[in-house]
Amino acid sequence: MSRLRPPVHEGDHIAGDPSAPVVLVEYGDYECPFCGRAHGVVEALQQTLAERLCFVFRHFPLATVHPHAALAAEAAEAAGAQGRFWQMHNLLYENQTALEPADLIGYASMMQLDVDAFVDDLRTHRFLEKVRADLHSGALSGVNGTPTFFINGLRHDGAWDFDSLFGAITGAAAPEMHERG
Amino acid sequence: MSERILKPGVVAPDFRLKATPDQSVALADFRGRPVILALYPADWSPVCSDQMAVYNELLDEFHQHDAQLLGISVDGVWCHLAFASNRKLRFPLLADFEPKGAAARSFGAYDNENGVCERALFVIDREGTITWSHLSPIGINPGADGILEALERLRGSSLAEVRP
Repeated sequence: MSRLRPPVHEGDHIAGDPSAPVVLVEYGDYECPFCGRAHGVVEALQQTLAERLCFVFRHFPLATVHPHAALAAEAAEAAGAQGRFWQMHNLLYENQTALEPADLIGYASMMQLDVDAFVDDLRTHRFLEKVRADLHSGALSGVNGTPTFFINGLRHDGAWDFDSLFGAITGAAAPEMHERG
Repeated sequence: MSERILKPGVVAPDFRLKATPDQSVALADFRGRPVILALYPADWSPVCSDQMAVYNELLDEFHQHDAQLLGISVDGVWCHLAFASNRKLRFPLLADFEPKGAAARSFGAYDNENGVCERALFVIDREGTITWSHLSPIGINPGADGILEALERLRGSSLAEVRP
């Protein structure tokens, strides 16, 4: 059974309360079309489960086959440095076919980030090590494709359409979901 | 699951398989380095969920252990070349093509019913002994976690030997 290593920590991008009954971790790639589909599924799960779900995203760019994926991940981190990770994350998934450097800068500008700082972060690859650290943690955790999900620390090996993930999540946290729900 | 795969402690059976139309590779060629054998059913699974594409991103992790990764399926050498070029794979894919599946059979990792290699992993130490093996359930890609743990244990044991 493949387990998340390291567990969710302060350096992660965390949407929700890490002590929620369900912590869903995704390893994803901004240029991966399957991850694009999974993004919608995660948003629907967040809406449905609200505070019962905590969502964490880690980078796993398949950079060889997705040449824009690594810089896009760095762009999300650079936005994160300005406190806007999730907004950039959403924009990237909504615009998976427009991930050239000029596009990324356009998103930063649209979000009214400090564009100079953003560009500087991309140019110096300030967050490449952070992205690589996520990739390394994915390797240790048994990531076997993108997206790969972990539910409460265990790799989810089934399908990841809404019904499958919802079923796996509610199964993993059945008693608590009912108590709080 | 057709056969039982070889277990740790067993000396890995040698094989010589084509890596390119005019180049063949033997397991014994890598003696002195850990070897990861990744047997898989077929080239050309969808890219984002392709086991070989994922391992390709993790080659640095394997190289840190001085380990050589070899992919093996029953696909022919021209198919492997096209697949490796399409996915930009930076490790050899070996063709267990003629006699079909002979290497996979010798590791107990041939799926007779479907005529393909099982999805099986072997980590082989510097002396050629299997130190870890894993057979994946049908339809589930193994990640690299088991491989990396096995390589970590190998590193631990080789360090212990070096110590006075």
